[in-house]
Amino acid sequence: MADVMQFDLVSPERSLASLQASAVQIPATEGDMTVMPNHAPTITTLRPGIVKVESPDGAAEYLVTGGFAEISQAGVSVLAEKALPVAEAKKADLDELVAKARGQYEAAVANDNLVDEFAKLLADMEALGTHMSIGG
Amino acid sequence: MPSLKDLKLRIESVKSTRKITKAMQMVAAAKLRRAQEAAEAGRPYAERFSAVMAGLAGSVGDSDTAPKLLRGTGSDQTHLLVVLTAERGLCGGFNANISKLAVEHGKKLIAEGKTVKVLTVGKKGYEVLKRFHPAENLVGHVDLSEVKQVGYANAQEIAQQVINAYDAGEFDVATIFYSKFQNVVTQIPTAQQIIPAKFDEVEGDETGAAAQYDYEPDEEAILADLLPRGVATQIFSALLENGASEQGARMSAMDNATRNAGEMIDKLTIQFNRSRQAVITSELIEIISGAEAL
Repeated sequence: MADVMQFDLVSPERSLASLQASAVQIPATEGDMTVMPNHAPTITTLRPGIVKVESPDGAAEYLVTGGFAEISQAGVSVLAEKALPVAEAKKADLDELVAKARGQYEAAVANDNLVDEFAKLLADMEALGTHMSIGG
Repeated sequence: MPSLKDLKLRIESVKSTRKITKAMQMVAAAKLRRAQEAAEAGRPYAERFSAVMAGLAGSVGDSDTAPKLLRGTGSDQTHLLVVLTAERGLCGGFNANISKLAVEHGKKLIAEGKTVKVLTVGKKGYEVLKRFHPAENLVGHVDLSEVKQVGYANAQEIAQQVINAYDAGEFDVATIFYSKFQNVVTQIPTAQQIIPAKFDEVEGDETGAAAQYDYEPDEEAILADLLPRGVATQIFSALLENGASEQGARMSAMDNATRNAGEMIDKLTIQFNRSRQAVITSELIEIISGAEAL
């Protein structure tokens, strides 16, 4: 079938999803991208955000904090550093992530090292809350 | 010849030892299953990761702009040995085998005139290695005794420590020592170089396929982002393998201990019965000879 592709979402600790998807939206470092079957083979890094999967059986959303995605003829593999289904994500999880990002940012400011990078990380983390409509 | 009472006490004490080893074996069996599941769950990530990395590393090659984690520092004078062991003993040769491999590796390097630094994870390896290396070369120790189930976060912390030291120019080559889980009776102590990153050679057609990818951002930026993660991933899978190996080793060690205790109980019981019989016989002889004397 041409209108679906294999989608895998794995984190170091477990495999979260392996299914046939018709479209996958990935929060890539240089902007969101939507992958559909027969996408050009690409490898991209991720920023913290939401992976949205559309499959014939319905849609699913996963929160990822970074990692990379490999898009090949066979399908899409998202290798996330940390991933969890949005439905399971709680505000506490998010607060923890934001707090961690803030800590890194402050450490970066203190050392005057990669400040921009961590500022972006922090902003991405905070933006996650609004995406998930559990923030605030 | 021990008295009857002594024998009885010894039998009791061996019996309670057997109870403990039996319980430990069962606990290890349950933990082993969990550890194996964790190792199993972590495998797809590690495999894909190294496949992508191998492709990337192949296409960036040895160019001068390649990140230092891949290229190395251009020297191999100072080695860091990261020794992953358990926090607890009573698991057969598990800790000893890993430490032995690390110690031998260290000795070989020192004989070649290299400087060897050691980072230990887990108490047992630390206890052994501190005898072989001066204190100033034991650059760190990570204590996982409070951690029930090792998570990726633990691996990340260790990786961060290693990478920071590398960036500070404290060593040139890092190798991790851990035990690969083969099955319950076989665990293979393994040394694996993590910095500079080394990848298993992929077959020709796979590298060909990897070369056709588009990279976003460019290859080198991705590589720079992924290499530290690669270190963490390798450490994480080593920790998982180690966890399964530890429980496997403990399970078979405790199985042996239980069996030995059983044999010992049998032997002691026979000895006990014999000496009881001897006591009865000698008492009878005394009575009979007393009666005859009348």
